Order: sequence, then structure tokens, then C-alpha cells
Amino acid sequence: MPDPSFVFAQSLSGLTAAMFLFLIASGLSLIFGVLRVLNFAHGTFYMLGAYLAYQLMLWLGAGPGRFWLAALGAALAVALLGGIVERLLFRHLYGKDELYQLLFTYALGLILSDAAKIVWGTQQKSVSRPPELAGSFSLFGATIPQYNLFVILLGPTIALAFWFVLQRTRVGRFIRAAALDRETLGALGANVDALYTRVFMLASFLGGLGGALISPMRATVPGMDTEVIVEAFVVVVIGGLGSLWGTFLGAVIYGQVLSFGILFFPRFSIFAVFALMAAVLIIRPWGLLGRPLR
Amino acid sequence: MSARVPWGLVAFVAALFVPALGSRFYTFLATDVVIWALFATSLNLLVGYTGLVSFGHAAYFGVGAYATGILMKKLGVSFLLAWPAAGVFAGACAVVFGFFCVRLSRIYFAMLTLAFAQIVWAICFKWNELTGGEQGMPEIPYPDFGWIERLGGRLPLLGGWRTAEYYYFLTLVLVAACVWALHRIVTSPFGRMLTTIRENAERAEFIGVNVRRSELVAFVLAGTFAGLAGGLFGIFNRGVFPDFAYWTKSSEVLIMTLLGGMGTFYGPSIGALVLILLNQQIVSYTEYWPLVLGTILVALLFGFPGGIAGAVGAFSGRLLRKVRSA
Repeated sequence: MPDPSFVFAQSLSGLTAAMFLFLIASGLSLIFGVLRVLNFAHGTFYMLGAYLAYQLMLWLGAGPGRFWLAALGAALAVALLGGIVERLLFRHLYGKDELYQLLFTYALGLILSDAAKIVWGTQQKSVSRPPELAGSFSLFGATIPQYNLFVILLGPTIALAFWFVLQRTRVGRFIRAAALDRETLGALGANVDALYTRVFMLASFLGGLGGALISPMRATVPGMDTEVIVEAFVVVVIGGLGSLWGTFLGAVIYGQVLSFGILFFPRFSIFAVFALMAAVLIIRPWGLLGRPLR
Repeated sequence: MSARVPWGLVAFVAALFVPALGSRFYTFLATDVVIWALFATSLNLLVGYTGLVSFGHAAYFGVGAYATGILMKKLGVSFLLAWPAAGVFAGACAVVFGFFCVRLSRIYFAMLTLAFAQIVWAICFKWNELTGGEQGMPEIPYPDFGWIERLGGRLPLLGGWRTAEYYYFLTLVLVAACVWALHRIVTSPFGRMLTTIRENAERAEFIGVNVRRSELVAFVLAGTFAGLAGGLFGIFNRGVFPDFAYWTKSSEVLIMTLLGGMGTFYGPSIGALVLILLNQQIVSYTEYWPLVLGTILVALLFGFPGGIAGAVGAFSGRLLRKVRSA
């Protein structure tokens, strides 16, 4: 049995990864819940968030809180991009075959990730941690960077805020109604078109924010989009597509399986994750906390 | 269209002359196209004819490639056995995976096929002893063509080609046989049944079709032929690598199928031809092939949802009507 403080550190690192995945996967799950589309371009939005954060950091130069401004700016820019794409292009594919919508998002991912390569090249970019959270502290004999703790706390905060919006606000009620029956919602006079744009923007915002916040921890490189999208898929499938808490649970499970898998079976941890996904799909295709589609 | 002119046969005969052009590069491209055409046609059996959108078809391609590769390189098995083994192993995988997949509907089906494909990829990626892991398995030997050389002395036209050209002829003949078999399948009563399932699974069930079993059979057939394509590709590529089974490969073949036109029999082959030639052309101008591909896809989705074959079919239909009314 390994040293308990090591197990604790490993578990926290899994939790950090999980909270990032939650940020990204919650956007994916939201779009699926409302629009019934798996958005392959979501990984690219995440990557753009990371690149934009890097770029904004450069532009902002030295200044207090510049990391936070850059992260927020990057997420907002990605949200805007998502809104534009939905308005100009994606909108015209509603009502067509799901396969076309899927391929459109895939094509969008290809275009945007190559565009990012044109702008930022193939060299990896890195962003330094915000000075406020650059330190680390010890807990139960394990050394934990402050930034990781911030991420671990941020995840549940966002989940709660998201939950509050969904359950307690007018927009949230509309989103839930659209997920259940968009035609009736439209017939009742709600502006479904505008709602879809907002949902797309919110989801893109979450993806972009995930990318921006991960930039101090992992290098920003081309190809990070295709990698993360598969991870986010696994998370939403395990937890339940369209379910907020399911996505949260899925992310936590994913993070723990991966970080302990690497510890005990270093060679088969990726395998374990996909096997888990397949098992969930076989036993409960709609995920642990999801609801079956009509 | 294909009722009177045997387009498949015409294409086969035309393809036989590619090495006669004398360019190694053309032969190389043609081999690539022929193998991908089989891969895409096998996927079309699922997506186009049965209406099951698989997002993990690369799994069977990868299994086939590794089966042939391992048998030929590590165990020194002859191509005559190693190539059919690709179909057997891929088909066996398809039985196991398909058994679970066909129980799910649409989007969940797509996701489970993806999950299984990623499992295959993860195994290929990590099982260093068997698959060479991340580094893959380079230097798969060509089949032995010595016997043709010996025979070729006596027969005209048969001798004196390079190994890659012999391999192209072999690939062409084998793929043609597979495509012919697939054509027989889709035009058989069983093939019609699959189309019925695609159009309305519930009604098919009512008239006594065992939908799940038919879907499973289609899944296994598609997987087997994808495996056979993979077996050929590993040798052609001079190596087998884990990304053969990665999800981006599955989307590549799906794009070919869509670009060519789902549901039309030769559409996916046309898609393979167009996409590979286009890639080869564009890569010589710019490194941003994905950007171009994405743009083409978007244009296709908005402009020609029927794919190339659909557009050509509609155009020639209009032309025919005009000719007749004149």
C-alpha cells in the first residue's frame, strides 16, 4: 500500500483534472441537452480559450490581476465566436439529419483548429500562474499548489451557479423546457431561436473558460482539442448527457479512475476509462444520472 | 444509372492500367484509393443501407491491420492466410462489440461504437509486446511475389513489374472481389431488408424481420470488410500504427462516405477517390489541409447534402429528361 499522503495528493490531482473536465463537459452536455447535438467543435473552443488567454496576457503586459482579465476576456471572446457560428451557420442545420449536424461541428473544429495553427504556430505556448496563487501549501503531508485548490473549489462553485440558473431563473426555466420539448415551447410564444443562441454562447463560454484556466497548468499546443473532446465525451456519457450533476459526477469519477489507474496499472489507465464508458453505455445508456431520451 | 452500364467493371478495368502509366506515384495513390474505397464501402453498408451511424469503424480497420501485420511480421505467416485472418479477427471483434451496440438507439449507438473503438486504440497504444505500442510496428513485409516472376517468364504482361505494382494488382483484385461481394449483399433480399430497417425499423419488426439480428449481421459484415481493408492497408503503408484505430480515422472514413454519397453503392468509392486526390493536390500547396477539408465539408453540408453521387445523379436525371422530351 502506498503512503497515505501520496494517495491523498494523487486523489487531489485527479480532482483538479476532474474540475477542468467538468467545466468543458458541462458545456458539451448543455448543448446536447437542449440542441440534441454532440458538439465536436467544443474541444476547439476550449483550445481557443487557452490560446486567447495567452494572447491577452501578452497584450495586457504587466499589471495587477491581468491573468484574471485575460481568462475572462478569452472566455467571452469564445462565447461571442460560438454565438456567431450558431447564428450564421449552425442554425440552418436544425431539423436536418443528426449526422449532418455532427459533421458540421466536426468541420468547424477542423477549420478553427487550423486557423489557430496559422495564428499561433505549432510551438507550445505557456502562461504563468497568477502571482496571487503561485504558492503552495502542505496538507496531510502532501504539497498542493494553491492554483489547484482554486480549481478544485471553482468546479463546485460553477456547478452550483449553473444549477441555480437552471432551476431558479427565467432563462433556466426556458432552457429546461427546451430540453424537454422545444416545439411546445416555441408554440407557447417563447423565442426559441434566441434561446438557442444563448445556450450555444453559454456552452462556448464554459469551454473557453476551461481552456483559459488550464493554460497555466498545461502547455497550449495544437492537438489538445481532439484529445480533450474525447475525454469530455467520456465524462458526459458516464454521467448522463444533458444532466448537470451527472456531468459533475462523471468528471469526478473520470479524474479518480485516471489518477489511481496510473498509480496501480500504469499501462491500462486509458483503457480503464473507456471500458468504464462502454460498461455504462451497456448497462445504463443514458448515463448514471441522466434520463433516457424519449 | 448502373442498371445498364456495369460501372464497377469499367472502373476495375480502367484501374488495371494505372501501373502502365509508368509512374510509381500514381500506383501508390491508386493503391491508397482502392483500399480506402473498400473501407468506405464497408461503412456504407451500416450508415447508408442500414441507417446505423457508426463512429468507431476504424476499430475494425485497425484490428485487421494489426492481425495481418503481426501474423506476417512476427510469425512469418503467408499472406494467403494472414489476410483472411484480418477479416476473421475484425469480424470476431464486431460480433462482440456489435452485440452490445445494436441494442442501443441512434446517438447511443454512435457513442458506444466510439467507446469500443477507443478501447481498441488504447490496447494497441499500450500493449507494447504485441503491437509495438505507441511506436507501432514498422516494416511489415510484402507478400511473396516470386512465383509470379517465375510464371511471368512464360506469360506476356505478367512479369517485370516492381513489387509495389504487384501489390497494387493484388489489392485491386482482392478489393474488387470484396466490393462485388458487398454489392451482392446489398442487392440480395437481406440487403433490401436492411434498407427497410433504415426506413422504418418498427414496421420492419411488424412484418416479421428480426431487426436486431439483421443489424448485428450487417455490423459484423461491415466490420469484416473493414478489417480486410485494414489488412491490405498495413502492408501498403509498410507499417501498422495505433492511430489506425483512433477516432479521427473513423471520422475520416465517415466523411468519405458522406462526400461520395451515402446510400448509393459507388458513392463512398468516389468519395475516397476525390478526397485522396484532393488531399494530395492541396498538400502540395499548403500544410493546412484540415482547413480546406473543413471548408469543403461545410460547403457540402449546405450545398449538396446528397454528396457527389447524389449531385451527379440529380444532374444526369435532369439531363436524361431533357434529352427524352426533346
